[in-house]
Amino acid sequence: MADKSSSNSIIKAEDLTMAYGDFVVQKDLTFDIKSQDIFIIMGGSGCGKSTLLKHFIGLKQPATGRVLFHSDSQQNQRESDYIDFWQAEESRRQRLMQRCGVLYQSGALWSSMTLAENIALPIGEYTDLSESDIRHLASLKLALVGLKGFEDYYPSEISGGMRKRAGLARALALEPDILFLDEPSAGLDPISARLLDDLILQLRDNLGCTLVVVTHELASIFAIGNNSVFLDAETKTMLTTGDPNELVKHSEHETVRRFLTRGAEE
Amino acid sequence: MSTSRYQISDDNGQKALKLFGDWTIRHSGQDSEAILDHFKQSPFEVIDGGAVEQWDSSLISLLLRLDTFAKEGQQQLHFQSLPRGAHELVELANTVPERQGADKKKEQPTLLAHIGDKVLTDYREALGFFFFLGESVKSFYRLIRGRARFRGRDLREILSDTGPEALPIVTLISVLVGIILAFVGAVQLKQFGAEVYVADLVGIAMVREMGCMMTGIIMAGRTGAAFAARIGTMQVNEEIDAYRTLGISPMDFIVLPRILALIIMMPLLCLYANFLGILGGAMISVGAMGLTFTEYWTQTINAVDMTDISLGLVKAFIFGIVIAITGCMNGMLSGRSASAVGNAATSAVVAGVVFIIVIDGLFAIITSLLGI
Repeated sequence: MADKSSSNSIIKAEDLTMAYGDFVVQKDLTFDIKSQDIFIIMGGSGCGKSTLLKHFIGLKQPATGRVLFHSDSQQNQRESDYIDFWQAEESRRQRLMQRCGVLYQSGALWSSMTLAENIALPIGEYTDLSESDIRHLASLKLALVGLKGFEDYYPSEISGGMRKRAGLARALALEPDILFLDEPSAGLDPISARLLDDLILQLRDNLGCTLVVVTHELASIFAIGNNSVFLDAETKTMLTTGDPNELVKHSEHETVRRFLTRGAEE
Repeated sequence: MSTSRYQISDDNGQKALKLFGDWTIRHSGQDSEAILDHFKQSPFEVIDGGAVEQWDSSLISLLLRLDTFAKEGQQQLHFQSLPRGAHELVELANTVPERQGADKKKEQPTLLAHIGDKVLTDYREALGFFFFLGESVKSFYRLIRGRARFRGRDLREILSDTGPEALPIVTLISVLVGIILAFVGAVQLKQFGAEVYVADLVGIAMVREMGCMMTGIIMAGRTGAAFAARIGTMQVNEEIDAYRTLGISPMDFIVLPRILALIIMMPLLCLYANFLGILGGAMISVGAMGLTFTEYWTQTINAVDMTDISLGLVKAFIFGIVIAITGCMNGMLSGRSASAVGNAATSAVVAGVVFIIVIDGLFAIITSLLGI
């Protein structure tokens, strides 16, 4: 059974412990993210959701444990199925990172560049396309997130919601297999948040991405999530993993049920 | 509007506190303390709030403190006819248990521990500096091999910001320094009737020392701080993380063009400052001491030789590296808050100026030993 379920896992966390110096944020995290999942990292404020994300995108090294990425099967077939991200050599890690796109909490657009330049920079860095090709690609990505015509705006000239969407367009720049989204709907009004959720579903369905989403917006969790991990701040470990729509009904942990029902008594 | 009043009654051995009037932050200051003192001496069991007119959280705070005291003393405190809502608020404040460890401990470290902490922090900072220096060298190596990438437009923008836009302030300061040197020299040399040697003094002092040092200090304050603040803000905004996760080296992309720009601009600014300083000296000598401009100029050219000029330029080049590195490093290592960015800018300027003066001092010692 273990074999079958892990055969299409794209990322695995094994006994992961995260710490800032001596301060342990979370320990003993073990879960699988399957290909084409929309995987939700959820939990109360300050439980280490964003920190966990940093371990997947190469910004923070785990205290103990491993983060495994499925190797690109087209290139080296069956050689070794999983790569230990933090033990791999730098160049290998760089190649893995190129398969990932990241949307940061604040958008993190480069403030000295226009939206089009923000998207063009990574494309120019990793491809041999001509300037005009790159420009067209950047326009396309912006159109995909509903920002057609905003190519020459600077990040400071657009609203927070638009910045998030532009950030998503940049995350899509290198045609990633895996998209990491850090609180995509935080700070957005309900309609924009809903539109972003729809966009995320469309991306998964049409581009075949796997998405890893940090969020505590219940509406989003149920609307898009089909797998999840719940981090608990009190016990400093994960309580459960699975489809949030199932967890809300059948989880044996009261904390998880309370979280998913906004604390309503059953 | 009535002020707060209270009354303590003793009814068959049951002590009760009765509150009257307004219990708001503006009216109840003295009374709360008095009640608490009273409670510590002889506790009462009942609090009657039936006659309270206006109230706010100062009343709740008083009730909670009394409640805590009562619990510590293993007593029961009964609240009677409290105003609507007040009772609920007291209960609300009591329902959420205090988060373990949320209470920040204020442990006073011993002197020894304090010194140890400081040494360890400084050690780590020094390590960080050398690490950054190493990274910059690696980045330069990549540049030489044609592997480093940054945008030409960024470099042009930084060049214009560190060059032409710095000219007005450099002009002002250099001319003034020249004038000051001329005055200082004139007063002394007049006693020997050797006013013409003011040109030597101003020329050599500007070209060897003041030109590069004043430019360095101006640029540390102007550009070093700007680098640190700019990069620190990018850090707060997660922009640096975004470079990293996209596999674009922030060293190459952000730091390298800034070092390059200052390496190019500092010697040029220094030359300009030298020239204007000498001009400032000439203004005084010609205007106030009766020398002709030609005399002053010939005297200067005879006094200053290529060695002096190159020495100043070499120092300017080194100061350029120092300013760029202290500015960028403090920005890159900045924390992620507004105050951290402020601190980064401050330490960039302080470190820049200190390094510049220390290096200048070292140069003075070495050149005098070598007789240059």
